[in-house]
Amino acid sequence: MTAALDPTDRRIVKATQAGLPLTPAPYAAVAEALALTEAEVIARLASMQERGIVRRIAVAPNHYALGMTANGMSVWDVADDRISELGAQVGALPFVTHCYQRPRALPGWPYNLFAMLHGGSRAEVEAKRDEVAALLGTACRSHDILYSTRILKKTGLRLRDE
Amino acid sequence: MTRPSRQILPQDALDDTDRAILNALQDGFPLTPRPYDDAAEPLGIAGSELISRLTRMRQIGAITRFGPFFDAAAMGGAFCLCAMEVPEDRFDEVLAQVNAHPEVAHNYERTHALNMWFVLATDRPEGIERTAKTIEKETGLKVMLFPKLEEYFIGFRVQA
Repeated sequence: MTAALDPTDRRIVKATQAGLPLTPAPYAAVAEALALTEAEVIARLASMQERGIVRRIAVAPNHYALGMTANGMSVWDVADDRISELGAQVGALPFVTHCYQRPRALPGWPYNLFAMLHGGSRAEVEAKRDEVAALLGTACRSHDILYSTRILKKTGLRLRDE
Repeated sequence: MTRPSRQILPQDALDDTDRAILNALQDGFPLTPRPYDDAAEPLGIAGSELISRLTRMRQIGAITRFGPFFDAAAMGGAFCLCAMEVPEDRFDEVLAQVNAHPEVAHNYERTHALNMWFVLATDRPEGIERTAKTIEKETGLKVMLFPKLEEYFIGFRVQA
């Protein structure tokens, strides 16, 4: 585990976690608010990026608003001795955006592989589901798709005030 | 409380330049003193136009977030997917209780008996268990934890 943030890193995280200012010199704006220099804010963000604390600085489009209205969380009960090999193959499919092995919660929840499928319609998502099913073959005992019907919150990480 | 719009934008809400911006900026944004100018150049527009287009796309809900994406685990914290089976007649009440926690980063309603799925992001690993327990106490409902055991791939890109 990487060392935790020092207090200055932490202030930078808190100042930028809701988004970057839409002004010509955004890092200078962050620096001014924190009484730091622009160079220090840039250097610290770069260091956090190197350490994997910042995954990326980027835009997250609203899939739904852009017409990707069907978002299915496909879940699969895959044989334990095949999951690492097959999970990697499912994760490599171009239409799978997130793919994880997670614990089962028996008896009600037998699924141990989660793969997010996005499409313009449920039919499109289900065609993708069929491709995943074909890939898993007999190593998969059962599966389901949970469609999202509402985004209830989407804020990303928030550090607490301490 | 953030509750992003589930309005679908009309086809013509974004032009080709907007789409090129969304595609390019999903990959990354420069850590330079004038990053909008630098990011705008390969797109053939001025930095000021990039700013005004991003501002507008955020206003109309085409953009969910723009800025640094932090990895809670790398900061010594943790992420955990959680699910709850919420009775329909209590859904809004429970939603307010769950969303009131700043640790709840995303929350989706889904088509299943487990109808509320959210991600807890905490700056310390023990925060997951503690927040889940608090939510259980507040709601009287079980919070099921689905931590990731292995990550196979995360592709961020969606063609805009």
